[in-house]
Amino acid sequence: MNTKIAIDRLRLSFGKNQILKNITINVYKNTITGFMGPSGSGKSTIISVINRMIDFEDNVEIHGKVSIDGINILDESCSPVILRRRVGTVFAVPIPLPRSIFENIAYGPRLQGISGRTELHRIVEGSLKKAYLWDEVKDRLSTSALKLSGGQQQRLCLARTLALKPEIILLDEPCSGLDPISTAKIEDALNQLKSEYTIVLVSNNTKQIARITDFAAFFYMGTLIEYNTTDKVFTTPMEKQTEDYIQGKFG
Amino acid sequence: MRRINPRFIDKIVQIVFNMQAFFTVSILIVIVAIIFIKGFPYVNPEFIFASPEDMGRHGGIFPSIAGTIQLALLSILFATPLGVGTAIFLTEYTRESTFTKLIRFGVESLAGIPSILYGLFGFIFFVIKLKMGWSLLAGVLTITIMILPTIIRTSEEAIRSVPRQLRIVSYSLSATKWETIKKVVLPAAAPGILTGIMLSIGRAVGETAAVIFTMGSSLRLPLSIMDSGRTMAVHFYILAREGISMEKAYGTALVLVLSILSINVLAYYVMHRAISKYS
Repeated sequence: MNTKIAIDRLRLSFGKNQILKNITINVYKNTITGFMGPSGSGKSTIISVINRMIDFEDNVEIHGKVSIDGINILDESCSPVILRRRVGTVFAVPIPLPRSIFENIAYGPRLQGISGRTELHRIVEGSLKKAYLWDEVKDRLSTSALKLSGGQQQRLCLARTLALKPEIILLDEPCSGLDPISTAKIEDALNQLKSEYTIVLVSNNTKQIARITDFAAFFYMGTLIEYNTTDKVFTTPMEKQTEDYIQGKFG
Repeated sequence: MRRINPRFIDKIVQIVFNMQAFFTVSILIVIVAIIFIKGFPYVNPEFIFASPEDMGRHGGIFPSIAGTIQLALLSILFATPLGVGTAIFLTEYTRESTFTKLIRFGVESLAGIPSILYGLFGFIFFVIKLKMGWSLLAGVLTITIMILPTIIRTSEEAIRSVPRQLRIVSYSLSATKWETIKKVVLPAAAPGILTGIMLSIGRAVGETAAVIFTMGSSLRLPLSIMDSGRTMAVHFYILAREGISMEKAYGTALVLVLSILSINVLAYYVMHRAISKYS
């Protein structure tokens, strides 16, 4: 299997607070990889390094290497703006931009210089279909995205990310505020998407990780405790902490 | 001690606040009503479109209407980019430092200076030193400096109140800093910025002291930026102060009040349409 993201001895601290301690992990192409662990385990921080959103935090010190297709994205020469076209992100809380559904999706493509109406329309329709939202909004693309329900807003955010035509999609607890039906729709979408994208899903919900991921990583206090195929992690965990976590003894 | 019924207290509080609101609104209504009653008989198409004769005792006020529009429009045109630019710099492109504190302190101080001091400065610097003479240009530059603090402060406030998550989302969709400011931050801050601009237009239109010192008080229509002219507020002041014609003074006041009201209504209408579409 091809490695898409290679994280090599990644250490990160906020001031004196060490958040990530020597993380080494490979994420494989066209798979869904789940990052799980209790809050404070550093799983979301890893995400924000991969998309370089960590740049917007103060007092951060990073060591180690994070490579996508073999190229270190922490290098000076790597432009975070170009990187974020290849690495899309869906955040825990859906935040539509205060504009129409259409313009929310078209935001990324427009930034990439696409301005033709038909071209944009094709992208918007394709992205919404992939995010399982098209049928619900196709008649009201010009209404405000803020009028959608929470579950629809999160699928809008997924569609907005897909419109960037990224190679990697990072989802940071995308279903934490959603009801089971909305969650199921997102999960269905992700299952379809993995043939085209490499997906990293951060979640506190071990059942969700077990349901839809191919590989699962368990983090605790900034350390990678266990990483294996999801089957193995959930049936025969190597570490006691992993077992306790997935059985719900802590976290 | 016997407890007073909380619903009774609620009722009292509500009545007190209602009365306060009523009091505020009625002051405004009384002022406008007096100006309306005293000025209405003299306002007619001729008054609006004719030039004044005999120092303003007869004829209309067209040159001062034009002068007011020229002064306010040009000042806003200069002050808005400068002020909004400063606000963007202060909020987006610097960290909090001694330098930004110094700028902010300067802005606060400028906002508190009486307008006649701006007039004096404009007179000494633009009119005399730069040899502009009493002119529209000197007036515009002086008023620009005068309204700049208001625009900077309201814009900064508006930009600061745009939620951080909106910026984060924009960056995550591969926008650069400038694209984010242009496409997300400024549109979201626009209502607040517009409020600052409206307040500034009000100040420019209503200003007398600073305008007399710099733009002069010529009764002729300013045809170039080097011409002197007068605004409606100045015209009103001179008519009333020098006892030329109280009738024409009230007529001028009415046109002045109506134009400020209509600018406000128009601005809020435009703003409301812009906001309500996507929120």
